[in-house]
Amino acid sequence: MATTQANDAVAPDEQKLAQLKEFIAQTRQDEHPDSFLIAVLHRAQELYGYLPVPVMDEVAEAMGIPTAHIWGVATFYHYFNLTPPGQHVISICLGTACYVRGAGQILQTLKDELKIDVGQVTEDGLFSLQPARCLGACGLAPVVMIDDKIHGDLTPKKMVQILNQYRKQAKK
Amino acid sequence: MATTYGIIVCDGTPCINSGARTLTSALQEQLDKHGLHDKAAIHLSGCLGMCDKGPIVVVNPGYTIYGHVTEADIPEIIEEHLVHGRPVARLAIQEDHLYNRFFRVFGDAKFFGKQMRITLRNCGIIDPENIDDYLSLRGYEALAKAVTDLTPAQVVAEVETSGLRGRGGAGFPTGLKWKFAAAQKATPKHVICNADEGDPGAFMDRSAIEGDPHTVVEGMAIGGYAVGASKGIVYIRAEYPLAIKRITKAIKDARAHGLLGDNILGSDFSFDIEIRLGAGAFVCGEETALIHSIEGARGMPRPRPPYPSVKGLFGQPTLINNVETWANIPVIILDGANWFRTVGTETSKGTKVFALAGKVVNTGLIEVPMGTTLREIVYDVGGGIPDGKKFKAVQTGGPSGGCLPEEYLDTPIDYDSLARAGSIMGSGGMIVIDEDSCMVDIAKFFLEFTQNESCGKCTPCREGTKRMLEILTRITEGKGQAGDIEKLERLGDTIRKASLCGLGQSAPNPVLSTIKNFRAEYEEHIHEKRCRARACTNLVTYQITEKCVGCGACRRVCPVGAITGAAKKPHVIDQDKCVKCGMCFNTCKFDAIVKV
Repeated sequence: MATTQANDAVAPDEQKLAQLKEFIAQTRQDEHPDSFLIAVLHRAQELYGYLPVPVMDEVAEAMGIPTAHIWGVATFYHYFNLTPPGQHVISICLGTACYVRGAGQILQTLKDELKIDVGQVTEDGLFSLQPARCLGACGLAPVVMIDDKIHGDLTPKKMVQILNQYRKQAKK
Repeated sequence: MATTYGIIVCDGTPCINSGARTLTSALQEQLDKHGLHDKAAIHLSGCLGMCDKGPIVVVNPGYTIYGHVTEADIPEIIEEHLVHGRPVARLAIQEDHLYNRFFRVFGDAKFFGKQMRITLRNCGIIDPENIDDYLSLRGYEALAKAVTDLTPAQVVAEVETSGLRGRGGAGFPTGLKWKFAAAQKATPKHVICNADEGDPGAFMDRSAIEGDPHTVVEGMAIGGYAVGASKGIVYIRAEYPLAIKRITKAIKDARAHGLLGDNILGSDFSFDIEIRLGAGAFVCGEETALIHSIEGARGMPRPRPPYPSVKGLFGQPTLINNVETWANIPVIILDGANWFRTVGTETSKGTKVFALAGKVVNTGLIEVPMGTTLREIVYDVGGGIPDGKKFKAVQTGGPSGGCLPEEYLDTPIDYDSLARAGSIMGSGGMIVIDEDSCMVDIAKFFLEFTQNESCGKCTPCREGTKRMLEILTRITEGKGQAGDIEKLERLGDTIRKASLCGLGQSAPNPVLSTIKNFRAEYEEHIHEKRCRARACTNLVTYQITEKCVGCGACRRVCPVGAITGAAKKPHVIDQDKCVKCGMCFNTCKFDAIVKV
């Protein structure tokens, strides 16, 4: 996938890297410093938006943990992204309440409209699509969260209209 | 005007999602406008449970609950209620009130009448970010009682007598777990709160922490005292930012008040809590997997024994309980195990919190005494099925549980009755399913989830769930073969018996329970290629009825040009071209297109 190449090509931002290393240095004071690996990866994703390969190498160096182990952890947990997200992140709720109220149809609409699968970014980089397990808005089911905004009581038609609004905004 | 008013705005995630945050500033503006700013105060609170009626605003005294409040309603509420003393009937949700130890102020007797809020006793009442609010409702009194009046052994005995069982789903006796951990000689010991709530469609733990984080902190401190641990860890999902923020603040405030840290309340008991974030892996709800995750590794389970109470976090004795279990502890210590035992059934004591959702009128967070029947929950608390549809099943226990049809509606909620009926209590997801859902499809939905979340360590779970999913997929696609049901049963049975952890052992449950209770639906899919709920796309055909006015909307949206017809004349669908996308069905304004 082209996105993997993009991942490797990014050189880690020096300032962000310094912040990350400072965070790692703090965790080294603890009795069990290696146990902070997931916390460190959370911090890295907060800073970079995803986990670039060179950053993971830096983490490996700073924590004295093999990169292979870090990859193992980063790929195990769904929360960590290994590719840069789109400009707008669409989280579709696939919790049971949404599912029985038609989330499957909404997901299909999104896939058809955006021409991507779950976990991918659109060609123009505008949207990325990720599944979510219950956004806690079961009363509004089915729901989709775009960035931090919840869109509820969706129908396939309404979903397309919402996407078009974002597209229109992006053109401005 | 002499009365001083308190206005509570629910600040739980569901209410925020439906727009609660904009109300606070609108309220403040109106209070200023009427010069009421020193006569009325605005508070934020956690989840009241009436999530489908959000955003919720409560006006005290009187506990008038307003639902579906918009910014435009605010001037009327302030003008009528606060200036003229006339509650706005148009927006108020019922007026019957209930009062008792755990129901000081709730309104809406229909929704709350069958409920009993023990762990959620403060949710929706107090400001979760204000420790003084919690302290004023007997907060930390249980911790004080434990460290000053009781020995650790007495605390363990109290929990054991209470009959409390683990609320994470499996229902292991909590007192026994505490006893094992307390008996260990090795130190240091750890206490963990499992807040890695991963069931799709469940939000009990999040709401509990968002609404009343101090209860969990207090429960953990009592647990630490009882088993002799000095450190506690809350393992919480990174996807819950508001809950993380609130529990972090609660820990900080408790520390500042001397309720955590060295020599708590002047005793020689020292205990502190730190937060660790999960990263989205369902299997981490399993205790040994969770421990590996805290240690910074892939969250994979390991065989037990040794149990975590003997060898847990960093190889030390560890006590792990779920959020709701911890939230019960302060009440048990304060009101006594004997009182606690009066609530519930013979084998399951106390209450259970459920996230009630799906095809039910009132969706939201509820807490009912054990022994309440499923019928009472669905029809009394939940208000029944909307749109005049027919009830089909209720699903409990999420991906580890099962679907129970109508004949089980009178099953009382307790660990053992639900297990006998073929489902499980689980952590508290409860989804009501109506006639529009296909049970084979529901089973497939859950299996897709567990298959995706299987950590891959043991073969029965990794390979078995994949094979089961393949079979289910082909059945829903109309390619089912004779013998598929038996194959599913056999595979399910093997996975159940041979998997390493709870995830695998329970993964076949949704499939096995739907086969047991809805076998006819499976057979229809396989032999008649028919889906009675018309949910399986491949088994459905779309047809245009005589209601068609020939508007042409369907013809224009059809992506494959399968629809033809002259203007103002009934249209037809060419079944050979149709790809069954359903666009025409969703577009038609005249209900002229039907699924057959």
